[in-house]
Amino acid sequence: MTSDLPSFQTERSSLWQPNRQLSKSIEMLVKIIFGAFAFLSVITTIGIVLTLIFETIKFFKVVPLWQFLTDRQWTPLFSNQQFGIFVLLSATIMTTLIAILVALPLGLMAAIYLSEYAGSNTRKRLKPALEILAGIPTVVFGYFALLTVTPVLQTFVPGLQGFNALSAGLILGVSIIPLVASLSEDAIYSVPQSLRDGSYALGATKRETITAVVIPAALSGIVASFILAVSRAIGETMIVTLAAGQNPRLGLNPLVPVQTMTSFIVQVSLGDTPAGSLAYKTIFVVGMTLFLITLVLNLFSFWFVRRFREKYD
Amino acid sequence: MSFQASAKQKILWTSLVALAFGATACGGGATDTATSDTDGATNPAASDLTGSVLVDGSSTVFPISEAMAEEFMAKNPGVRVTVGVSGTGGGFKKFCAGETDISNASRPIKQEEIELCKQNGIEYVEIPIAFDGLSVVVNPGNDFAQCLTVEELKTMWEPAAQGTITNWNQIRPDFPDQPLALYGAGTDSGTFDYFTAAIVGEESASRGDYTASEDDNVIVQGVASDPNSLGYFGFAYYSENQDQLKLVEVDGGNGCVAPSEETIADGSYQPLSRPEFFYVKATSLDNPAVEAFARYQIDPDNANLVAETGYVPLPADIQKLTAVRLDERRVGSVFEGGSAVGLKLSELLSKE
Repeated sequence: MTSDLPSFQTERSSLWQPNRQLSKSIEMLVKIIFGAFAFLSVITTIGIVLTLIFETIKFFKVVPLWQFLTDRQWTPLFSNQQFGIFVLLSATIMTTLIAILVALPLGLMAAIYLSEYAGSNTRKRLKPALEILAGIPTVVFGYFALLTVTPVLQTFVPGLQGFNALSAGLILGVSIIPLVASLSEDAIYSVPQSLRDGSYALGATKRETITAVVIPAALSGIVASFILAVSRAIGETMIVTLAAGQNPRLGLNPLVPVQTMTSFIVQVSLGDTPAGSLAYKTIFVVGMTLFLITLVLNLFSFWFVRRFREKYD
Repeated sequence: MSFQASAKQKILWTSLVALAFGATACGGGATDTATSDTDGATNPAASDLTGSVLVDGSSTVFPISEAMAEEFMAKNPGVRVTVGVSGTGGGFKKFCAGETDISNASRPIKQEEIELCKQNGIEYVEIPIAFDGLSVVVNPGNDFAQCLTVEELKTMWEPAAQGTITNWNQIRPDFPDQPLALYGAGTDSGTFDYFTAAIVGEESASRGDYTASEDDNVIVQGVASDPNSLGYFGFAYYSENQDQLKLVEVDGGNGCVAPSEETIADGSYQPLSRPEFFYVKATSLDNPAVEAFARYQIDPDNANLVAETGYVPLPADIQKLTAVRLDERRVGSVFEGGSAVGLKLSELLSKE
């Protein structure tokens, strides 16, 4: 084909050619429009990151970094200002950890059931139902945790306070189950049937096939879904703001009110903190911290998917 | 390969849903308006007054203003009164920028706000509208904290308590060994400023490790669901949630006094009772609608609206003094930038 291209081209130039100028310019215009839309998200991201960086730099001109990392109190809105980010970080880590303990097993098992055991009819009905769960507004989840789950938990968990990390974390976990289940299910489902058949041919049972062949084959997709879910849990705002309380305290006691990074940002935004004040800058610093954490998680996820992805087709 | 494509679709889908709901969740905004539909045609007393009145400021005074605005608009269908809730400080910021006609305040105007208004050439008439008591509440299951002295409350709430005062028996030795869970107003509310000034002795000096919320419902919810808790907020909120909370008497040096309409109005519930104000821009009083609404708010005939919203109406002598202030359009603040704690309002007003 390539060898007779020159002769083909000379021959072509002598032939009649349609006037495609209009289609060409339309094509160009469409390309520009679509390109602009594609770059819009990139530009937005760059804008957000720049804003965060500038305000963060201003913050650290006043508060030294070591103080930010070592203080054991978080009171930027009060007269005795202290900026120990670990107070908020511990709360975020705790709620996220509880959420993952819920979402990981439940989501993965749901994914395995849907992909491997459920008949095609059950799958057709269950999967959209699972995705509806993802569409429930988080503010509804938040009030559900505060007004329903906490009172129920209080009947058998002694010392559980009205606002607590436990019920917030549990419901946070429920809210991210669809993410884990849906993405893991896609990964598991796309493992080629030939692998399963090979495993059966070697005499493996269905359970052995799933645990020894299918899950390892889909591992990169499953891990990616976990990490995405962890990012969601860390950044989730309404559930923890409503149900976990707004009391910045250091420690990992899930029975008492705590304040996560996101609910601190909400608290500041609800009041009227003057723009440019130190308290105002703290929301950007907390935002930056959140952003860095999810960035690291996403980079890890990219690396993991690339490193461990199995190609079968 | 197929996983990659569909995973991306899924992410897109979920984030779109999240975005949509996120947008609706955030769309609420803080400004509540009291522009209810009123049918003027059926009202025989309907006036032909027209115009609009912009009110903003304290969330504590909001219920009074809202009730007043509704009744006022029913009588004057041509007037539109909009009441916003930006907090006392936020309200003054707008007021001194000349954006509003009336600013509600749960404390007297501060020195820096006086200067800001001066810079922008805004003059104002200061009018007390009602009394409010802060109530200290505990869980109904708490049977030991009947009465607390100001000193004990200070031990609980002062900045030095942060991280160290964490148990009820640190407040008084015969209190049980129970963790202390605190709930209180957020730093942007007038309630916070007032409580810290009255209890700690220095405005906005407070410990920071408590559940601080601008939303009084959060405090009610927290105290009602936790037997170890103690919280504070406006007396009006207590009357609305009496069955879930237990009131604590406060000893300000003259014995234990429980907040009630009587003790708040006569000043015996000290130091946690305070006057509430509204500030009218002097030039706005030339607008008949604004003037009529200001008069309406201090009219003794409408004092029942103050009581209905859980506040204590001004005694007759103060009411007369405020009417005179408005008549003469006396500008400036009788507090001269200071706090209202421990001051008898009637004395301040009659001194002038």
